[in-house]
Amino acid sequence: MSDTQTDLRRTPLHALHLELGAKMMPFAGYDMPVQYPLGVMGEHLHCRAKAGLFDVSHMGQVILRGPGAALALERLVPVALAELPEGRQRYAMFTNDAGGILDDLMVANRGDHLLAVVNAACKAADLAHLRANLPELDVAEVTDRALLALQGPRAEAVLAALLPDIAKMRFMDVANHDWNGVPLWVSRSGYTGEDGFEISVPEAQAEEFARVLLAHADVAPIGLGARDSLRLEAGLCLYGNDIDTTTTPVEAALSWAIQKARRNGGARAGGFAGADVILPQLAQGAARQRVGLRPQGRAPMRAGTPLFATQDSAAQIGTITSGGFGPSVERPVAMGYVPAEYAGAETELWAELRGKRLPVRVAALPFRPSTYCK
Amino acid sequence: MRFTEEHEWLRVEGDVVVVGITEHAAEQLGDVVFVELPEIEAMVAKGDEVCVIESVKAASDILAPVDGEIVEVNEALVDTPALVNEDPQGDAWFFKMKLDDLGVLDDFMSEDEYKEFLG
Repeated sequence: MSDTQTDLRRTPLHALHLELGAKMMPFAGYDMPVQYPLGVMGEHLHCRAKAGLFDVSHMGQVILRGPGAALALERLVPVALAELPEGRQRYAMFTNDAGGILDDLMVANRGDHLLAVVNAACKAADLAHLRANLPELDVAEVTDRALLALQGPRAEAVLAALLPDIAKMRFMDVANHDWNGVPLWVSRSGYTGEDGFEISVPEAQAEEFARVLLAHADVAPIGLGARDSLRLEAGLCLYGNDIDTTTTPVEAALSWAIQKARRNGGARAGGFAGADVILPQLAQGAARQRVGLRPQGRAPMRAGTPLFATQDSAAQIGTITSGGFGPSVERPVAMGYVPAEYAGAETELWAELRGKRLPVRVAALPFRPSTYCK
Repeated sequence: MRFTEEHEWLRVEGDVVVVGITEHAAEQLGDVVFVELPEIEAMVAKGDEVCVIESVKAASDILAPVDGEIVEVNEALVDTPALVNEDPQGDAWFFKMKLDDLGVLDDFMSEDEYKEFLG
């Protein structure tokens, strides 16, 4: 009903994508570039070797204002935000009463307001959720800005040529920068496992800014195809695949995102949706867990592939939630959920692919060490 | 060379038919990272899934274009799946089939007809 060509939304860089020869596809209601002429493999490797430019304008940018906004938002996420310093951002997730994940997001303290960046497909539901549960706050979607990501080992040098102060930023810092009078909101973060930046730019100057970045010999445009293989190698969750309303943050191996202040015995323990499920899981562990998986052969194992304990056991024990070929690790990689007793590194499991059981091994995440600038 | 609507090419070589995928198909697939070939001596029927090709993006199948027996497979593709992108209508053939009657090939498109089919 919604994904016909006519009612797809376009980002401010749509015309540029077409000019660059992108193959377009519908994604979360937007007509988005899945790959450019370089191809998924080439784009992936380019981003890891030099720098890649991503259009992530389909994602939601949401401003939260009001006295005590950070403390109020803590009612919807199991993450400590009250003491998040100005100029810093944190990874968070909206939880439901069952402890499931409604969406994952970044929250930045930008001084007189918070900026949340949410998934495109969840944007409308997130806005409704925020407004319904935080009536004391002013919740406004930013609709006049594009969002770009510049990722890879050359990202800092490329961006520093335009914004010299950028090199002072560290991983998860956020700051305002001025580019020829254009106000940019920059964070040092991303979705590739690489050092890099996410840059919110007014839509009127978005194409010009993207062209300046692309004019650098080290920068290539990267589509959604390589974005997925990059985040998979980095062990990062894709909402809707690896996390959703049926997975808790503890099951999803995202306990690291839940600070002590929100745990049992902490200064502000609980007080978020699903705390009665999530807090006991934090203390005792969850019955199942998201793990990295390394197929032992060459065949990629994709989302939905069932997992078994042995080559001939009848009962399915788990499912792959993301999987494909990892161009940088030069082998198939996957993630999925398995019972806790099978979650130890190097546990051998079996995946059923086209009617055949093939060995797959539990692996530490990420598949490739991340290179964040900490 | 003959072409199918499933973007395979067929080339007669003596009494066998060599089968591969077209340049158009290889381009649509993107970078191929995995190839699974049929068993030699397998008897296959037209439409059977005989090969699996996986690109970075997705998995797809090669269907047997005609009834016959698989007599040879291109093992080089298993070690070097990227050959499919490099030379789809040459070195990257997938398998060779023995048919009862080579005449069935006349039912498939010529190169000009295939180009027209692609539009």
